[in-house]
Amino acid sequence: MTPFTYARASDAAEALRLATDNGAAYLGGGTNLVDLMRETVAAPDRLIDVSNLSRAIEPTASGGLLIGAAAKNTALAAHPAIRTRYPVLARAILAGASAQIRNMATVGGNLLQRTRCAYFYDTDGSRCNKRDPGSGCDARDGLNRIHAVLGASSACVATHPSDMCVALAALDTVVHLQGRDGARSLPFTDLHRLPGDHPQFDTVLEPGELITAIELPPLAVATNSAYRKVRDRASYAFALVSVAAALKIEDGAITDVRIAFGGVAHKPWRALTAEAALRGGPATIPAFDDAANAELAQATPLRDNAFKIELVRRTLVAVLGDLSGATA
Amino acid sequence: MSITINGSPAGLPDDPRVSLLDFLRDRLHLSGTKKGCDQGACGACTVLVDGDRILSCLALAVQYDGREVVTVEGLADGSGLHPLQQAFIDHDGFQCGYCTPGQICSAIGMAAEAKRGVPSHVSDDLTADVTLTREELQERMSGNLCRCGAYNGIIDAIAQSLLAETAA
Repeated sequence: MTPFTYARASDAAEALRLATDNGAAYLGGGTNLVDLMRETVAAPDRLIDVSNLSRAIEPTASGGLLIGAAAKNTALAAHPAIRTRYPVLARAILAGASAQIRNMATVGGNLLQRTRCAYFYDTDGSRCNKRDPGSGCDARDGLNRIHAVLGASSACVATHPSDMCVALAALDTVVHLQGRDGARSLPFTDLHRLPGDHPQFDTVLEPGELITAIELPPLAVATNSAYRKVRDRASYAFALVSVAAALKIEDGAITDVRIAFGGVAHKPWRALTAEAALRGGPATIPAFDDAANAELAQATPLRDNAFKIELVRRTLVAVLGDLSGATA
Repeated sequence: MSITINGSPAGLPDDPRVSLLDFLRDRLHLSGTKKGCDQGACGACTVLVDGDRILSCLALAVQYDGREVVTVEGLADGSGLHPLQQAFIDHDGFQCGYCTPGQICSAIGMAAEAKRGVPSHVSDDLTADVTLTREELQERMSGNLCRCGAYNGIIDAIAQSLLAETAA
């Protein structure tokens, strides 16, 4: 590891004061950043430990939930309100990593974890525009079975690795930030960006800007929600593809729906096209199929990952089938 | 800055680069905790911090200032074995033994999580009390790899130990 200094902030204001230089990085649980530093993919000269920020999970005036950025993944998945009102979020968290890692990982850190593209990690021999802007992308024509099929660019085909974030994208979550110029809030789906020509930026965060909390809105549709993850082994593996979905049906018609995909893009992929195709229509397998196809019309496979398009289509149809009780 | 390891206070390293794992093994000479992958993929380095299981390879020692760490060396009461250590022997829960300290610390943390009602990926009902079926044990222990493939013995050992605990 490259040498660095370490300081622990007691709150967000102190964290911002300590992180005035752009070589500083915020440290949550460390489950990704410590590894990136050991591999010299990341080399901050100063670590600001933000694990003392709020870890509270508390109701909001509007009937939603405010979740402090330092809340542990385990605590969030186990929270009674998450389990009953937002089961897709509990399921997504429990599908990710291992229990040991979920005990360490914070909400803020989970949002900011970086891709597991092997070329991004390979500092010795691989070109990667995300790690070394302008150097090229060895994944585009390399071993790209796990890479993106939606929203990729010629500069980068990496995927976002989080499970939790897929559920958050589906749930209309809001992210609360504090920066050098004050506080602001963003729709969660605007936090992460597509790679374009600047894949070195995973998010729209400004230098020094800190995630202080996320907020779940009251969302009736979320009580009937699910997360399904498809991976190479049954546990403790990243997603090949995943689907987070919530569905409300009245008198046979879909009155509300939320869908997001994981493992297919540079960011958690909110499937707005599929949602629009479903809303107001029948809750039937052919309708689910049509909606999936509408969303995936824009999908572009690489050499090794065309299977993902069919896999995510089938996974969405299966999840919506389970949530609706519809059978083929 | 200080940390408590198996009940004894210890000074933390000045260099923040030192992982909790290297601190335990190289500075405190507590070599029971094992370094497998050193990148959070195998679970061999699992220790308990304030009762929660974590991976000491992905932890910087300085992050754990003021916390209480228990390693495999701190489990037994006196010169005997912890019941889970005995259960691993009874059920051949290992061959080479390298992953065993991590497996045992992990299983202790796992039992505490289940007692608190933390659900798992295979729990059918997210809100029900936890019943540690074999499938639940396998999922909850999936963060600990065993390259000898002693998984059946490991799960048998944990199941026996939990059963004895419930009976006691």
